[in-house]
Amino acid sequence: MSNRLLAAAVVFTVLVFSPLTRAQTAEQRESGKNIHRDGWDRIVPPAPKDQQSEPAPVRDLTGIWEPTPGYRDGVFATGPKNYPSDVKPEHELPFTPLGLKTWKEHKPGFGTTAVPIAENNDPFDICDPIGFPRLELFNLRAIQIFQTKSQVAIIYQNDQVWRNIWMDGRELPKEILEPRWYGYSVGKWTDDYTFVTETVGLDERTWIDNVGRPHSDELKVTETWHRVNHDVMEFTMTIEDPKMYTKPWNPLTKFRLRLQPEWFDIREMICSASEAQEYNKTVAEQAVAEKNAKKKAQPSK
Amino acid sequence: MKSRLMRGFLAGVALLSISGSLFAHHGNAAYDSRTVTVKGTVTAWVWTNPHTFLKFDAKDEKGDVTHWLGEWNAPSTLVNFGITAKSFKPGEEVTVTMTGMSKTGQPVGRVTKVILPDGQELSMGSER
Repeated sequence: MSNRLLAAAVVFTVLVFSPLTRAQTAEQRESGKNIHRDGWDRIVPPAPKDQQSEPAPVRDLTGIWEPTPGYRDGVFATGPKNYPSDVKPEHELPFTPLGLKTWKEHKPGFGTTAVPIAENNDPFDICDPIGFPRLELFNLRAIQIFQTKSQVAIIYQNDQVWRNIWMDGRELPKEILEPRWYGYSVGKWTDDYTFVTETVGLDERTWIDNVGRPHSDELKVTETWHRVNHDVMEFTMTIEDPKMYTKPWNPLTKFRLRLQPEWFDIREMICSASEAQEYNKTVAEQAVAEKNAKKKAQPSK
Repeated sequence: MKSRLMRGFLAGVALLSISGSLFAHHGNAAYDSRTVTVKGTVTAWVWTNPHTFLKFDAKDEKGDVTHWLGEWNAPSTLVNFGITAKSFKPGEEVTVTMTGMSKTGQPVGRVTKVILPDGQELSMGSER
């Protein structure tokens, strides 16, 4: 018994006085101040301003990554960084007539085509799968990359989903028998620090981004993951869809992600259907009722 | 003590413009740019995605109760600002500031700051 007590005392002393423990828990919770914490409520060290580090390992993306310098830099609520939905001409996309028509049929909550909640037809609003590439173009948060000889697998904080990117030599499917929310992906190293993926076979029900940019069954997404140094990776994406866009475009170019400590726990960020229903009951249905009441009150012509 | 226990009332309405975007997929088109501060009693703190909700009741001078709904950011954002699933308990007296009120006239708004019974202030600072 006394041995057990002694062991407990030793464990307690080690935990209390361990520099690691103190470093991760010493800072008090302070409202109004942004102190980044992981899913286990541990404080995440801020990135150094110069983002310099030792060279990256060769042909290796493994690790936990988060947008940098700000962990919220990948939220992209009004559309991806290069093409937010606003009135600036340089942010207009090269829509085909079908692309423009389809975009106007989409009723998002953000951007120049935003509508009130009651008119919103965003599939993610009812927790349909967010799909790819919206997975990376809205709420790109923490990701964890695993690698084997035959594939790279990425797990995402956003919607708690994963993708498998095959690099065993297979080619993209010639014919898509079954479109998928996250498509079919293959990848290859183009040099020791750059991994390029291609994805096709994407379900047309999904939107490309949070402002409802559309895609067809001909969408091909190319991702370039380039490791700048040990701690920093740059992420570029290219969208090609000749039915919807007259030329390829890049929603993100050299968007930076930072390697996080091995202890970093990825937080749950799940769209729950019952929670969405609760939201719709409390806000959207009220809005619809109000709208209908206003319509009724209007004198008939 | 009794003043602390008094039921809430509408404390004031002020106009203020907001900038920046709200971080959920259902959007900000439902809200205008008014700022409203309401004192009330917490009935529920709903810690959900994509956004959290603070439900609270406020009484006016006549004793009529209004059931308020304050929408706040996602849990994954709030935790970094010292706001957690345990920040509010039913029955607590709180003063809630909302910037962005429902365009439909419903008692619904976007929370920016909450003052707890002990005077502690919870907010995301200048961020939205």
